[in-house]
Amino acid sequence: MSYRLGVDVGGTFTDLLLVNEKTGKTWSAKVPSTPADQSIGVLNGIERVCERAGIAPAEIDHVMHGTTVATNTVLTGTGARCGLVTTKGYKQVLQIARSFVPGGLGGWVIYNKSLPMAPLACTIEADERVSAKGQVVRKLDENALRVSLRSLKSKKIEALTVSLINSFANADHEQLVRKIANEELPGIPVSLSSDVVPEMQEYERTVTTVANSYVRPRVDRYIKNLQAKLAQVSSKVKLHILRSDGGLAPSSSAAEYPVNMLMSGPAGGVTGALWVAVQAGFPNLLTSDVGGTSTDVALIQNGEPRLRRETTVGDVTVRASSVDIRTVGAGGGSIAHVPELTKALRVGPQSAGADPGPAAYNRGGTEPTATDANIVLGYLPEMQKLGGDMVLDRDLAQQAVKKIADALKLSIKDAALGIYNIVNENMVGALRLVSVEQGYDPRDFALISFGGAGPLHSNALSKLLGSWPSIIPPGPGVLCALGDATTAVRDERSRTYVCKFSDTSPKEIEKILKELAAEASASVEKEGVSKNQITTSYQVDLRYHGQGLRLTVSIDLKDLQKNGLKAISDQFDEEHKRLFTFALPLEHELVTLRAAVQGEGIKITRQTLQKSGPNPKAAAVGKQKAYMEGKDVTAIVYDRAKLKAGNKVAGPAIVMEMDSTTVILPKHTGTIDKFGNILIYPDGYKAPKAAKPRAASKPVKPAKKKARK
Amino acid sequence: MPATIVQRNKKPFKKVKVDTVSIDIIESALRNARFEMDTVLFRTAMSPGIREQHDEFPMIANVEGKMVVGQFGSFIWGFMQGYDGTVEEGDIFLTSDPYAVNGAISHANDWLMLMPIYRGGRIIAWAAMFGHMTDVGGKVPGSLPTDGTTIYEDGITIPPIKIFDKGKLNEDVLKVVLHNCRLPHWNLSDFNAIVASLRTAGIRCIEIAERFGDDVFYSAMDAMLERNKRAMRELIRRTVPEQKQYFEDYICDDGLNMGPYRIKCSMWREGDKCIFDFAGTDPQSMSSINFLLNEELFKMFAGVYMVMVFDPQILFNDGFYDLMEVRIPPGSLLKPLKPAALSCRTHALGRIFDILGGLLGQGNPDFMCAAGFSDSPHFMYSGYDQHGEWYQLYQITFGGIPGKPFGDGPDGHSLWPSFTNVPNEFLESYFPLRIDVYETIADTGGPGKHRGGNALRIGYRFLEPGEISIHDDRWLTYPWGANGGLPGARSRKLLIRADGTQELMPSKIDHVKVESNDLLISDTWGGGGWGDPLERDPKQVAFDVEAGLVTVEGARRYGVVIKSDGRSVDEAATAALRKEIAAKRGPKKIFDRGFDTIEELKARCKAETGLEPPSPPRFTKWAKVAAEALIQKAAARKGAKAA
Repeated sequence: MSYRLGVDVGGTFTDLLLVNEKTGKTWSAKVPSTPADQSIGVLNGIERVCERAGIAPAEIDHVMHGTTVATNTVLTGTGARCGLVTTKGYKQVLQIARSFVPGGLGGWVIYNKSLPMAPLACTIEADERVSAKGQVVRKLDENALRVSLRSLKSKKIEALTVSLINSFANADHEQLVRKIANEELPGIPVSLSSDVVPEMQEYERTVTTVANSYVRPRVDRYIKNLQAKLAQVSSKVKLHILRSDGGLAPSSSAAEYPVNMLMSGPAGGVTGALWVAVQAGFPNLLTSDVGGTSTDVALIQNGEPRLRRETTVGDVTVRASSVDIRTVGAGGGSIAHVPELTKALRVGPQSAGADPGPAAYNRGGTEPTATDANIVLGYLPEMQKLGGDMVLDRDLAQQAVKKIADALKLSIKDAALGIYNIVNENMVGALRLVSVEQGYDPRDFALISFGGAGPLHSNALSKLLGSWPSIIPPGPGVLCALGDATTAVRDERSRTYVCKFSDTSPKEIEKILKELAAEASASVEKEGVSKNQITTSYQVDLRYHGQGLRLTVSIDLKDLQKNGLKAISDQFDEEHKRLFTFALPLEHELVTLRAAVQGEGIKITRQTLQKSGPNPKAAAVGKQKAYMEGKDVTAIVYDRAKLKAGNKVAGPAIVMEMDSTTVILPKHTGTIDKFGNILIYPDGYKAPKAAKPRAASKPVKPAKKKARK
Repeated sequence: MPATIVQRNKKPFKKVKVDTVSIDIIESALRNARFEMDTVLFRTAMSPGIREQHDEFPMIANVEGKMVVGQFGSFIWGFMQGYDGTVEEGDIFLTSDPYAVNGAISHANDWLMLMPIYRGGRIIAWAAMFGHMTDVGGKVPGSLPTDGTTIYEDGITIPPIKIFDKGKLNEDVLKVVLHNCRLPHWNLSDFNAIVASLRTAGIRCIEIAERFGDDVFYSAMDAMLERNKRAMRELIRRTVPEQKQYFEDYICDDGLNMGPYRIKCSMWREGDKCIFDFAGTDPQSMSSINFLLNEELFKMFAGVYMVMVFDPQILFNDGFYDLMEVRIPPGSLLKPLKPAALSCRTHALGRIFDILGGLLGQGNPDFMCAAGFSDSPHFMYSGYDQHGEWYQLYQITFGGIPGKPFGDGPDGHSLWPSFTNVPNEFLESYFPLRIDVYETIADTGGPGKHRGGNALRIGYRFLEPGEISIHDDRWLTYPWGANGGLPGARSRKLLIRADGTQELMPSKIDHVKVESNDLLISDTWGGGGWGDPLERDPKQVAFDVEAGLVTVEGARRYGVVIKSDGRSVDEAATAALRKEIAAKRGPKKIFDRGFDTIEELKARCKAETGLEPPSPPRFTKWAKVAAEALIQKAAARKGAKAA
């Protein structure tokens, strides 16, 4: 028998999901996280889940892991002390960054910039210069470099990053600097910007490479430690880490390029949601992962999550592919308040977090949170125990929400409903960023909600967006671990290739793409994926010559051979029209070429629920007074474990399970499908007609005149 | 004749009561729509000024044309008063004439477009957007002549016209306009981008109105304005004293070797109303440094500044406009009469923020910021490359953010919202130049408890023969320090020819010929310091020294002595030096301008800057006469009304 295990380590709980690769049977477990050494929690969980499955840990072949170690290192500023080598004249590249001050007009008044990840005191300059075309303008002064490198010794750096101007066009000098650095600073790991992200834009390339060095020692220690611990329980186990783009990386490559893991945790949720929803027959999805302090949302089209070419953590944005996940500071712990001057109701971004947490947790929190509002509204019944053993104190929740009620001169119930509605609106704001702002109509998508608090808001969010059904997967709290367990090994290589269409040929492009594919395949093959399991896809980033944007389009090599560059430009024009309502009759320019390779994912069939009739009565466990959409209602409370396939749960209803609670609003019905998902639709729902075009507008033709010659 | 608004549906909106939560929801939906307008524009525009540096400003306004979300306040009412024609569904208006919209845009490079949003046959809202075009023709590439004397030299100006008439593009007009620009395909792309962003706003507003109903949408926008007014009334009452506050600042020169020009402003409160009076400001300049200041725009600046300093949670809109009154004398530098040239208004526009800081800070010194990089100075480089292709670079540079009550000012950053620099690798790939140096200059930030940000140094190495233009300021007067902080350093431009000869460049100049391998060292200016530099933590000073942001010598201005290792504090020597400085210096200055009188400053100008001091400004007679006539006419009107 072979087994694979998905592991998601969160701030409070470590979730595990074990899959029998043959039968598809799964077992899950939830154990407390152990922040000091997370591997302890993981091993505890392994013991628990294997016990449940009745197998020995030694039978596990693969552990797939989504981790927030890299993210937390950035957020808490606890990374390595990094040295940086720049080209002479560019020492302050991170200090100046893009000169951008956030916060709108006058935002500078309150803006305090955080310190760069590589301190200026540990930054040295190399006397050298390469032109934008890659020609050496001035040779590297090796002796001067040696002297400068020696000066870094006393600064106790733990990692060194090299990022020279125009190294995307010619990396020779960076490689030479590495060679010399290895001689002068033996034992210090060196990262080159031309390795990590060989793309144009000096600040972005530098910050990405520095971020990589910054998180690398901790991630490396973490992975090695986890690997060693795993080896103790299973000699054959292979560890894989989930990357920000939703693919799996071999643990060795993850440790080398940890900048690709900054979104590892949330990407697990998206891939888990994808897996569940595609099986249920919904390949077009909006995902919403609601945690204690924030909500992560993403868009999946035709079974593919939308990717973006950058990752943002805190106030650091790096060039690394990630699932396009947007985060909004709205979660169960978000605090509601009424500013004195405006008398408006605001919720978040301040959060009560896990400690002291919402007032109802009775741990000393007194500020009203979204969770308190949910309790006042009756959506979280007192019989529900969060995470299994936490008791909710309804009186404390009432007292906290009363503050808002008094400030707005509302009843406590209406104040709670106001908080609930504002939280929903904030989440919708994030969902719009990934849908309407990218040219997608949310009515063409289903919404899947998970994380502990997601199912409380899902029905309401679907109603605001028109996204049906609202899908509540079974075990919404362990969906990330499911995602970790079900993804495939993936890798990619890219190269900056700024070139107008008239200056290149389909042959040239094909040649480079194939080279990139060969490099990426080699890395995946090292992981034991055999050649015939690998699928390769190609992408190019391009724009109209003169634009600053870049749009990514996928290309098929056969199409390129047959139709030439038009195969690329037609797609680009189409995408440009979809996003911005117009296309331009201008020359196209390539920016980046990319090849992505993927191994085969696990093919498991999920176990199905026992079938039954529409009546869910057997699962009803009680009644609950609730306040929904401004009316007092009596909701039936159900135990999710007792619901059968085919049951139809009419709202108002509340469905409880160990780690989550689902609200079904009046005039809505949740149907249990054969996999145990709750699919909520409004009563009498009719699917919308074909999607409306986003905006009808004719592009303006250009004037004939060209630039003055 | 004001515009005639054509609506199929004549039914007026009904004012309904909207619950707080719905208002909040509509507010955030509108805010999202406004940011979506930005996104659409940035991504599709071609002028680097819009695309990379984000020199553009969106707005959504209510039926009456009051800005509900946006940054620069509304001009729609004024626009409608001056437009002699109809407004119909599908129309989009275009203008680039600052005089036609009372300064809502301030030079001809800004193309302003305005669109009524119709639903069910009547206007439910307005969307507007303007962006800075790289070139609109005229006497110099970039269309911002430093020595222009009339607006006609600045390039083509478009009076308010309908560029889309009931949805149909007026192609001939667009053709004429583009024909007058040096980079017409950029203008065209930017034009399309602005249209796309307006339509995005239109779609969003219609969606919101569909969701809540027209009357709720209408009433909620009203409530948002009212909410802002309530908050601002409170803020004005608390922070603006009834006693008159006075502040003045300068524009160093006008590009014609005259200067400095004085901008004077008084501020006081009468009841709930805050009054700003620019009486005493110098008359309009003969050159292009005039800034046609829109009163509403100034209210917005003042309001935003107050909100940022005192309570950043307040959402900004036009609601509080009745609570402020702005008086600007006609014919002055800030209210020039047509056809005064306006293209280089950026210096006076930026300086407004220093003036606001100085005015509002006097009543609340703890909340006052120092003077910062109050400008967005331009650099231009153009010519024909070796393949005979025309190249034209227009760039905005950055400098020191001032020291402020909440912390240090960032080094080499932007004071304007959403501006970013252009990556040098991008410049080197598309223009015949190399950027040899790109760093901030140690000691250029004014010392203070909170240090002013350092100035930026850019070394432009030109690779093809061409012409450059320089637009800068604060080369003569200093960015002042506040609350005991010292001034930041001034700007400087040095051209080093390929043969090594050096030429100091004036702060404002066009048509400087450069050859291959010439190097321009462009130093901008630093931010003023905030608070007593002797109160800055010596460890923080040592940190800046080790980082190279302050020199060992510069540390002494904080009274800090650094040991020979270049990074640790000599504590005994520091205590002694601080004592010595404290004893020698006079009483704490609320403002430290770095000079006592202009005469004294001019006397040491040559020795300090290497440049001759400017001569006192001379003014035109016609503008004076015309302004007096205007004032008399206004007084007569007022008298007639009273009678």
